[in-house]
Amino acid sequence: MNKLLELKNISLSYQTIDNEIKAIDNLSFSCNDGDFISIIGPSGCGKTTILSIIAGLIKPTNGSIIIDGKENNDKKEDLGYMLQKDQLFSWRTIEKNIYLPLEIKKTLTQKNKDYAKSLLKKYGLYNFRKNYPEQLSGGMRQRVALIRTLVSNPKLLLLDEPFSALDYQTRLSVTDDVYKIIKAEKKTAVLVTHDISEAISMSDIIVVLTERPAKVKRIFYPNLLGDSPLKKRESKNFGLWFEKIWKELN
Amino acid sequence: MKNNEFSKEHLLYIKKIKRNNAFIVISRFLILIFIIGIWEFLARINAIDTFISSSPSRIIKTIKKLFIEDRLTYHISITLYETIVGFLLSSFFGYIIALLLWLSKKLRLILEPYIVVLNSLPKIALGPIIIVWFGSGSKSIIFMAVLVGIIVAIITMLNGFLATEKEKILLLESMGANNFQIMTKLVIPGSVPTLISMLKINVGMAWIGSIMGEYLVSKAGLGYLIVYGGQVFKLDLVMASTIVLCILAGAMYAIVSLLEKIIVKYKN
Repeated sequence: MNKLLELKNISLSYQTIDNEIKAIDNLSFSCNDGDFISIIGPSGCGKTTILSIIAGLIKPTNGSIIIDGKENNDKKEDLGYMLQKDQLFSWRTIEKNIYLPLEIKKTLTQKNKDYAKSLLKKYGLYNFRKNYPEQLSGGMRQRVALIRTLVSNPKLLLLDEPFSALDYQTRLSVTDDVYKIIKAEKKTAVLVTHDISEAISMSDIIVVLTERPAKVKRIFYPNLLGDSPLKKRESKNFGLWFEKIWKELN
Repeated sequence: MKNNEFSKEHLLYIKKIKRNNAFIVISRFLILIFIIGIWEFLARINAIDTFISSSPSRIIKTIKKLFIEDRLTYHISITLYETIVGFLLSSFFGYIIALLLWLSKKLRLILEPYIVVLNSLPKIALGPIIIVWFGSGSKSIIFMAVLVGIIVAIITMLNGFLATEKEKILLLESMGANNFQIMTKLVIPGSVPTLISMLKINVGMAWIGSIMGEYLVSKAGLGYLIVYGGQVFKLDLVMASTIVLCILAGAMYAIVSLLEKIIVKYKN
């Protein structure tokens, strides 16, 4: 299998007037096409910054990011970004919201529109296409936000704690939902989270980071049985993995 | 209405709300009638000097007279023209300047002290300069109206633009959006509520500007009538013009409110 994402010796320093703050220190990890990788670490260790670096929005001080064999240094790479809240535009209908990436990339062709509509149909949102975001439940809105990242057919998805704004019940079902869609669309995903169970239940690879400056502390490969996060949570090894990662974090 | 579908409690609740609303509307009218009534009564029994305070009946008579002589529509049209042009110009340019300031952080920082000073400066202090530069016609008055409105328009709009959620900007950037796209897809449509409140504020500002301008220098308009009336001690004229002004300002505000309702309706 080919490596889809590779971070090579990434370092990042912030400049302030008083001094220089080292945020990320020599960070390297990689994943294959179709992997689900989670980045977990103490809060404020720069997890979100790593996503911004992968997206090419922040230039690292040192090191390189290779996506699908190409270096990503001027946000040329097509990728989908999903944030904490759904960030749907309240003045646009669901349909117009998911066209947004196409409009930005100037690829709003009939073919791409049809593809976007087919995604809405596939994931049970087609009947809501003329509705506005506020008319949908939190879980549905997060699903729309995911579909919005899929319409331009990117290889890589970046998920920045996309479930943390939802209540626990919704969260479990939306996590399951999102996982299944990502797997069905055969996307590679990088998830940033501080929720250990969420990371174990979704990921093939878990990268545990240290406190600032963020370094790789350890990389885990939980191979739990089950084809969805909810099933994986039922797996008897789930607790063992939780303990292992918990210990590593503290 | 299918009343039988609702419970007794619900109907009672609706009734209560309707009664409350009616009470508020009636109270508003009663206050107006009460004031006018007392005013007229005191004037009739000569408890107040109508030469100084005028009276409702004399005001109506004056308005009628002005209207018949065709002076009222003339003065109204002059003031309305100045106010509306001032309102449109200051809103439009205020909006454009705020956008430019949003686009360039550097420009924003450079111009900040100028905006602060212009905002706190009483615009009337510039009156003599304006008269010298633009003459004694409508041009000066429109310029004054623009001057009064534009700074507030800029500050209100800029704050609205800057309040755009950072996460939404990040989202668009991750899609590869440039600044212009962020502006047209997010900042402008996202700030429509701010635009409406800016227009509402600016209606008031335009009236302040145009009447202030007419006080300073004019040959016609409602502000002119008020000042003229004051100078020749015709309080009937002053009061009549002021009341016409109240009605016009209220009407203009109502039009902007109506615009707001249309936009909200269109959105949903």
